[in-house]
Amino acid sequence: MPAHDVLIIGAGLAGQRAALAAAEEGATVAIMSKVHPVRSHSNAAAGGINAALNPEDSWESHAFDTVKGSDYLGDQDAIEIMCREAPEEILWLEHRGVTFHRNAQGRLGTRAFGGASAARTYYVADITGQALLHVLYEQLMKFHEQIDRYEEWFTTRLLVGEDGSCIGAIARDIRSGQMEVFTAKNVILATGGAGQAWQPTTNALICTGDGIAQAYDIGAPLMDMEMVQYHPTTLAENGFLITEGARGEGAHLYNALGERFMEKYAPNKMELASRDVVSRAEQTEINEGRGFPGGTIALDITMVPKKRILEALREIVNIGRDFAGVDITKEPIMIRPGQHYIMGGVKTDIDGQTPITGLYAAGECACISVHGGNRLGANSLLDTLIFGRRSGEHAAKRAAGIAMPVVASGQISEEQSFIDNIIARERSGRRVSEIKNELGEMMNKDVAVYRDAAGLANAHEVIGRLKEEAKTSYIDDRGTVFNQDVLGAIELDYMLTCAEATVLSAIERKESRGAQFRTDFPARDDAQWLKHITVSRNGGQEPEVDYAPVTMTQWEPEERTY
Amino acid sequence: MPEYTLKIRRYSPETGDAAYWEEFKVDLEGHRSVLEGILSARATTDGSIGIRCSCRAAICGSCAVRINGKADLACHHHLDHAAAESPDGNTITVEPMGNMPIIKDLIVDMDAVHWKKIQRVTPWLLPEGPEPEREYIVPHENMVDVTQTMACIQCGACVSDCLSMEVDPLFIGPAALAKAYRFVGDPRDGQQYERLKDLAEDPHGIYDCTHCFMCIEACPKGVAPMSQIMRLRRVAGSDQKINDRNNGYRHEKAFVKNIEKYGTLHEANLLPDSYGGKFHPRAIPVLAGSLPAIVPALLRGKVTPAKALHHHKLPDQKQIRAIYDTVEGRDSRNELNLYIEGYEDEPVLKAAGEEERGPHS
Repeated sequence: MPAHDVLIIGAGLAGQRAALAAAEEGATVAIMSKVHPVRSHSNAAAGGINAALNPEDSWESHAFDTVKGSDYLGDQDAIEIMCREAPEEILWLEHRGVTFHRNAQGRLGTRAFGGASAARTYYVADITGQALLHVLYEQLMKFHEQIDRYEEWFTTRLLVGEDGSCIGAIARDIRSGQMEVFTAKNVILATGGAGQAWQPTTNALICTGDGIAQAYDIGAPLMDMEMVQYHPTTLAENGFLITEGARGEGAHLYNALGERFMEKYAPNKMELASRDVVSRAEQTEINEGRGFPGGTIALDITMVPKKRILEALREIVNIGRDFAGVDITKEPIMIRPGQHYIMGGVKTDIDGQTPITGLYAAGECACISVHGGNRLGANSLLDTLIFGRRSGEHAAKRAAGIAMPVVASGQISEEQSFIDNIIARERSGRRVSEIKNELGEMMNKDVAVYRDAAGLANAHEVIGRLKEEAKTSYIDDRGTVFNQDVLGAIELDYMLTCAEATVLSAIERKESRGAQFRTDFPARDDAQWLKHITVSRNGGQEPEVDYAPVTMTQWEPEERTY
Repeated sequence: MPEYTLKIRRYSPETGDAAYWEEFKVDLEGHRSVLEGILSARATTDGSIGIRCSCRAAICGSCAVRINGKADLACHHHLDHAAAESPDGNTITVEPMGNMPIIKDLIVDMDAVHWKKIQRVTPWLLPEGPEPEREYIVPHENMVDVTQTMACIQCGACVSDCLSMEVDPLFIGPAALAKAYRFVGDPRDGQQYERLKDLAEDPHGIYDCTHCFMCIEACPKGVAPMSQIMRLRRVAGSDQKINDRNNGYRHEKAFVKNIEKYGTLHEANLLPDSYGGKFHPRAIPVLAGSLPAIVPALLRGKVTPAKALHHHKLPDQKQIRAIYDTVEGRDSRNELNLYIEGYEDEPVLKAAGEEERGPHS
């Protein structure tokens, strides 16, 4: 039975960074992921990573941009830490081998990004997330003696000790179907977002909110779940991401009348306003009939020199060619806003600690909250690394002072029968895939860029019904080796938990802030709603809504224009 | 909407049955991917079809399979193209990648082959000296240059279709050697010579590649692994002067000299010349060792002593000389890199001076 000081669940950037930091502190570390680490969704972060590293730039400027981008919902102490530690983190990555592109002097080069008052986005072409992920995995291979890797292991449940602290997890080896108890002094969740609860989404099929739901199940509060980012440029064809780097390199947005409509919505920053602002502008143009057929907007990148496009935006050249049949160096490509990121997640402090002792969270599954109502482009990679590292360090230090917990016996057989019961379900209910599709389409209609009470009430009702239907939903695969079908059924439960928390929070917040725009409450209301909304079980079965204060340090709320 | 037939290779290790083919009909537009076809069959007909997949957008590297016999990401291959390539114009065959053991259906054991080979090339940066206070100062061109190999998503398509690996399972292989170039070409790495010496001396290393181009064709990301292997050879031989025990570098030099002299390959001379000439002590055991191949060829008249000893030169030697003068007259090698040059099928006019850029300028 494996036992470690620190068990990390999820091996994207946050998880891998936490593992390296904890190992560096001398802890015994296990990192577990339901996919091979380099398949993680951190790959998809194309454009870059923010840091005020240039001498002319300042962390305060980066922090203010982030606070403003968050529509003042972000916790300023956490934002200060993230922005202050960002330059050091970039250098750490560079020294480990990340092939950041350079400027003419051979120093780290930058590109412009949305919502930022300086060009402070460091990048590797438009495969930045992929490059970071693969370099961190190089480091995991290098430190294989200190870090045990459990690749293609699916966590089914977090374990709780008698005192209520988190003492490990139960997981299934996907390849053999074998169940195993992992005892740990600390567990760090780094399982990513829940984008698959929306259809379409830029998120990978693995982004099913696993860690968020598992933490919620053992009593951890979820925070800011109503804040769901719609990315302004997703491919109209199938919802794939077109990096903000395209607009960072100079691309324009046009409606069907040929107007560069961002002039109306953000006269100063234009296409590089915050993502919520640009997505709303696009949706307004589409809703008011100025979109292209099928409700789309044109992204025109042809004014960027071809050499630069090939060097810096190669991936979207490929996406345009392979998935839309468009040569983006010659003609505009059709896009629309699409679900991309959840700002909310498991509530944590600045060291990644959740209110449950021994349980940490980092990356998209966590809510610290550095993104508040709206995340700035290129701040997500930074968030994963800074708070992944801080969680790993803190957990390792905490482990040094406590004994290895003891897990009560009988847990495996209980979990095994939970899975066997899913496999044995009769084919009388609905297919898991049907329920997932209905959830996704509904969320994209009722819990999207524009929301109102009626749509959210419908969403709540649908989720309640789907949760019931999920209990009897059936699968086809009766095997044990790589039974992906049964994992899909478990993931469906996770997505429904996340979707329910999102809808409850969105119903609760009767104002418009960041990514939450209520057409029935179109104004921001600082007097009433400058606070976080949390959802937790509080020991019962039904979710309870509560509030948490926003931490302010030096920036008072102002009107937000770009 | 058109209907496509997916003929999927099924295998379950639990039943004791042999692998078999199963057909699924899917109704999808032609520009949808083979992966979407498989996922559609899985969602509506049989949820037990095993395939790794995640991003659907050719960035995570999970879903490499063989489509109509050739490796590609399932998400990166359109249904209409796949159908057009199939023998009957409609039935798309999908089977697991080659060169790796099958776990279930389309899922192969990448740890047993692909990742083992990646680990073989010491896949992490080994800088020399103390860390700088700030970043390493390196030319932008070098970082763009290694970006082509950083673009590798470790999908294994090149490993699947590598013919050398089919013959020599110990061959380090295209993906791992491309990964090696990511460090060899990175000016921050302090172990260029040691890395190359290791890969050149290994009998399953850089000289084990037979230039079949299968990896370049299979790669969905334009990494062109074989080109990276050739670059490793050029840096190992021409720059680092590594005379490997596999005789790889000498063989390359002999080849170049042979063509320079005759214009076409004089095969009878190539083997001895690769080992220092007919009378070199190194060449004698090799020549003796090749007798079992030469004698039957002579007896059956496939080769005559006259043809073997007197190779005629191509008539216009000036043209050959001109090619050699052009290549040898360059200040530095002309290396091709997708991130700089554009598509392989679409020549892009280069900016002035750009073609003079070498990997270590």
